[in-house]
Amino acid sequence: MSPEQPTPLELSRRRLRAGRSRRSTLTALVSTLVFAAVLYLGVTNAPGWPRTQATFLSPQVAWDSLPRILEGLWLNIRVLAVAAVCTLVLALVLAVLRTLRGPVWLPLRLLATGYVDLFRGVPLIVLLYLVGFGVPALRFTDSRINPVILGTVALVLTYAAYVSEVFRAGIDSVHPSQRLGARSLGLSYGQSMKLVVLPQAVRRVTPPLLNDFVAMQKDVGLISLLGPLDAVRAAQIASQSSFNFTPYVVAALLFVLLSVPTARLADWATARAAQREQSGAAL
Amino acid sequence: MPLGPVARDTSLDLPPGPRRKEDVVLDVRGLVKAYDDAVVLNGIDLTVAEHEVVTLIGSSGSGKSTLLRCAGVLEPISDGQILLDDRDISDPRIDADAVRARFGVVFQAYNLFPHMTVLDNVMLAPRVVHGVPPKEARARAEALLARVGLADKAGAYPDRLSGGQQQRAAIARAIAVEPRVLLLDEITSALDPELVGEVLGLVRELASGGATILMATHEMGFAKQVADHVVFLDQGVVCEEGPPAQVLGEPTRPRTQEFLRRVIDAGRL
Repeated sequence: MSPEQPTPLELSRRRLRAGRSRRSTLTALVSTLVFAAVLYLGVTNAPGWPRTQATFLSPQVAWDSLPRILEGLWLNIRVLAVAAVCTLVLALVLAVLRTLRGPVWLPLRLLATGYVDLFRGVPLIVLLYLVGFGVPALRFTDSRINPVILGTVALVLTYAAYVSEVFRAGIDSVHPSQRLGARSLGLSYGQSMKLVVLPQAVRRVTPPLLNDFVAMQKDVGLISLLGPLDAVRAAQIASQSSFNFTPYVVAALLFVLLSVPTARLADWATARAAQREQSGAAL
Repeated sequence: MPLGPVARDTSLDLPPGPRRKEDVVLDVRGLVKAYDDAVVLNGIDLTVAEHEVVTLIGSSGSGKSTLLRCAGVLEPISDGQILLDDRDISDPRIDADAVRARFGVVFQAYNLFPHMTVLDNVMLAPRVVHGVPPKEARARAEALLARVGLADKAGAYPDRLSGGQQQRAAIARAIAVEPRVLLLDEITSALDPELVGEVLGLVRELASGGATILMATHEMGFAKQVADHVVFLDQGVVCEEGPPAQVLGEPTRPRTQEFLRRVIDAGRL
């Protein structure tokens, strides 16, 4: 039997599969339409809908506030870029410190462990206030420290604690036989870590790291608490001057737009990792 | 140092009969290895002489792999002594990394580095541990891969190779450091039967090229043909040892006879 001329049995199976796939497409379409219709009718028929529409979804207010919010978002994006890089570096250092063995490293290991315990436990908002208002109170400099920098520091401190745990999980997930192979060649602990374990660990944790990056993309909005004119702060000002909540919706949409590409990238990276790790991923 | 296939140097052939003391490369004396309460090795005496192939046989759990790991300084020992070229390598004060660099170890599961190409796997230790300049390391690695029949796989990642090819790459990686002793830990146990031959053929070639080899194996036919000395391990002690014809052909100890009978029943001799 050649693949070009299937048997009648295979032909009937193909017809059956094609019929099933048509039916499921149709089902998906109908259920989506029904769901959308129910949602739309439910919301628009709510007693307070006209009022809500006017205060949250005013096109005019949205248009007027957009330039300021976009300007603020540019600050968020810059903070995000700096914070993400600093977080990766600090987290990797913390993760490696925690894997070190031997008595010499004990203080560093304890320090790293304490750091992670502390900064994973403190709510980001509290840390923002502590760093944002506590550090200037120490008066290291006569001039005022830029609140954007303080906000970035607080973000990095919190996120590095989380991300270091992701790295550590990645390091632990590399099979001991890899380390054994490296050491058997005469590589030192540091060399096997750097050349054999870490490259594999980082590859493996890329999807969860991208997920943390998405979380950070929206948490950069919290630096507005310290006063800098970022997207959230701009939305707040616009909202207060127009007596309308629409600017917040605008800011929310912009943050969503910002995170969607990263979310898709994370999905893609996860799928690729799954494909590489096990060939049965389709089931 | 020369790297290509080494022609067998007959002047290095060992004379028949008892091996000479000065030829001994690896000397294991009264080795004990225990994990918590479980004693895995209970007083092993064993020598491997220059250019000699010593095979360790015995059922699973008899301590073959543990013995190889202890010999290669990959595990601390509980008692006894291991000497490499008359230097005590079980002394905790030695530089263990430097000692490991003098062994070539091949594992049952290959342990190739999946994020590196085959060529990079082979080049890694010469470059990083032995300080060979990258260009030279590359040329030597390419020559080695050609020698193990993987010249066309140099740029491939290990997961694109068959089990037999991966194991040959692992052997190339182990001999790239020009080790004093090769430790082979059941290197064909994870392979499909039809791939065992290509790997054993390579070991046979290394042996006739003058390599010093200590290997654990379940391939009795191979041990019979290639080994100079066979050691039967049972429950952590050397139960019987001697030339292959004697240990595998006319074993004297009941445990050895029983083991070989089971091996024959399984169709492996």
